Amino acid sequence: MARLRGRGMASVNYPTGMNLGGDPSQALIHATTTGSFVISLSSVDLGQGLKTIMAQIAAETLGVPYGNVMVDTADTDTGPHCMGTFASRATHRVGNAVIMAAKEAREVMMQVAADELEVDPDDLTSDGEGRIHVVGSPEKGIGLVELALAAHFKHGRTISGRGIYMKPKSDVDPETGRMDPDSAQAHACTVAEVEVDDETGEVFVLKLTNVYEIGRAMNPAMAHQQIVGGAWMGISHALYETTEPYYPDRSHGPTDFAGYLMPGPGDLAEMRSAIIERPAKNGPYGAKGIGEMTANSPIPAIANAIFDACGVRVDEMPITPERVLRGLDALRGTPA
Amino acid sequence: MEEILTHFFADERGEPLKVVGTTVERSDARGHVTGRTQFYEDVSFPGMLHLKMVRSTRHHALIKHIDARDALAVPGVVRVLTHKDVPHNWYTILRLIGVEPNDEPVLPEDRVLFLGEQICAVLAETLAAAEEGASKVVVEYEDLPAVFDVEEAVKPETPAIKPHGKNYFVYEGHHCRRIRFGDVEEAFSTADHVVEHRYQSAPIEHAPTETTGCIVKPEGSGRFTVYSNTQALFFTLDNMALILGLPFGKLRLVGGTVGGGFGGKVDVIVEPIATLAAMLTGKPVKYAYSRHEEMQVSSPRAAERIIIKDGVMADGRIVARKVTLYVDAGAYSRHSPYGTTKAAAHMPGPYAIPNVHVDAHCVYTNRTPSSAMRGFGVTIGDFDLEVQMDRLARMLGIDPFEFRLINAYRDGDMKAHRKIVEGAALVEVVQEAARISGRTLPDRFTQMSSLTRETAHG
Repeated sequence: MARLRGRGMASVNYPTGMNLGGDPSQALIHATTTGSFVISLSSVDLGQGLKTIMAQIAAETLGVPYGNVMVDTADTDTGPHCMGTFASRATHRVGNAVIMAAKEAREVMMQVAADELEVDPDDLTSDGEGRIHVVGSPEKGIGLVELALAAHFKHGRTISGRGIYMKPKSDVDPETGRMDPDSAQAHACTVAEVEVDDETGEVFVLKLTNVYEIGRAMNPAMAHQQIVGGAWMGISHALYETTEPYYPDRSHGPTDFAGYLMPGPGDLAEMRSAIIERPAKNGPYGAKGIGEMTANSPIPAIANAIFDACGVRVDEMPITPERVLRGLDALRGTPA
Repeated sequence: MEEILTHFFADERGEPLKVVGTTVERSDARGHVTGRTQFYEDVSFPGMLHLKMVRSTRHHALIKHIDARDALAVPGVVRVLTHKDVPHNWYTILRLIGVEPNDEPVLPEDRVLFLGEQICAVLAETLAAAEEGASKVVVEYEDLPAVFDVEEAVKPETPAIKPHGKNYFVYEGHHCRRIRFGDVEEAFSTADHVVEHRYQSAPIEHAPTETTGCIVKPEGSGRFTVYSNTQALFFTLDNMALILGLPFGKLRLVGGTVGGGFGGKVDVIVEPIATLAAMLTGKPVKYAYSRHEEMQVSSPRAAERIIIKDGVMADGRIVARKVTLYVDAGAYSRHSPYGTTKAAAHMPGPYAIPNVHVDAHCVYTNRTPSSAMRGFGVTIGDFDLEVQMDRLARMLGIDPFEFRLINAYRDGDMKAHRKIVEGAALVEVVQEAARISGRTLPDRFTQMSSLTRETAHG
């Protein structure tokens, strides 16, 4: 027996946002009396970190510290409409709605600061640390707590804003397929290195090298975690997973994790990943969606590496040891 | 760890940012790792009933009779719901965004179309009693021929599995979603090589840590609060109101913390029937999928069969790509008509190919309905496209990185669905992946850019 080593690559693009549009999301922002900002949404955080990203976007647009922003979601009585968390749309759609709401709130915030400081609002800037001050004169300024108290109890003003984002629905031409199906396209290229056991047909993914272009990595550690998590799903899709192992035959469907095979922590490949940013014109701070795409390029990269290693081309997912062995038998001229 | 390469597209980066683009701690991380995050199942109410579905043991059959007498005799069982109890018995997930027809009943009236289809709901004071009750409902079937293969299903002589319509979704009078760009047949006739291969995938489970479920509480106000792990609260609310015949304002959905979605929680299956149960009993009701149900009954990623035929020149240019794609939607539409259009729009991949022809079929078979999953309409297509690309490169004796770069789309190109490319960056990710994995590309390839196209190939 031998372990045969091979390398393969694949490159992909992925659409940001719900296919064909027509999918609004809203955000409301208001300041508390003491200078915290609450973003009200009905968007769902699946664990990917939507709440964190929305707070970062609001802090950036408002010009206040990240710690001053809280996210209130998801309750249909209190949160404005969101189409949902799917189709790599949340950062793009909800993020744009948050920017719109934060701009409106910031305008009031700056006007109240201007009234308090008796200057023109155009002469003011926010330092991002919790103070609004005159450009070039950091000492002539006002802190967020003082500002919010004054807005509420002196000026009777609400520091708040409303935001919505919607890409208009695109109808498909039924004859040609002419359509506008996305808001942006993100890109990826993966290089996979594998070993194939020529006796058992098992495949070991040794290393994945990934380069992504996602417009803007809103939170670099979380973007990286999406890449790692997606690559794990890619390995799993490529080599292990199905609910119908003899598709299209319906038999032998697994019903629990003892029968439904997935790689364990020890099967995760060494990984090197880099991110390129080409900001999308319509994205919040240029962001495209990285949520879904990270499983996609690892799958064919692994399939191509298997061919490179042992000369077996498996055109059926998942690429199980049985399928690799049958391919090896065919190459060797031994009976299957 | 995270490596951001800021020298790419430096002119387009804009003003420096303060908070966006920095790594702040994920806001829910501490709650998740210390077990303090509240999920929907962490709420509980006195007198809560448990709902267990009686499920089809057949792939395709008429329901001749349902006998629930023995189930109702189980201590703790309070009621059994059938289709007669559902006010508007159409599950209408895509109606809100204009996709029809209605093809799936909430609870089936006279037939089942897949193994595991829900037939009637047993409500009991404990989960154990609900399970025992469900096991004692006797369903009499008359088996019908089942169709499992997508190409078999679309043959004219194959009987339709649903009382109305065909075994495929009709796109504005067409049997498939079409892309027509240039003339593939003409290009095949002048190509140096024409290569065709078939690819196949099997259904895949989302495998979330937390299975799909909800808890419904009738409120004193006459409203219903639904604690749910749906990925789309208002989508769920709106569909529920249509099914239940309730004013929209009677429903309140609370959620937003989900133990893994991956597209598996955008079907609205558990909430309407659990809320109906709460309406009819006046009690809180919980309906949560077991792991078995999550794996075999909830919608998986569709199996896809894709045939790719390419015309390619000896210098590496792909001049034509014809894609025939079958999405196995299973018994009902759910989100598959939408996903199939997305699959068609994705073709021919991130490459500038002047002649493209796509027929993308959304096909009904007697298996668990498939629906959305991470990379909906794209993930399986990418496997097929990129294996095909590897084949072509090897056949021509061209390095696989160079082969992608020769065909990569650039700003200003016209895609097959007639949208002009902007914000392209395929060239750059391929160049950088080659560089960091130790493959040195010739100057011709390192000088390429997504911003412009060289005046001539080679």
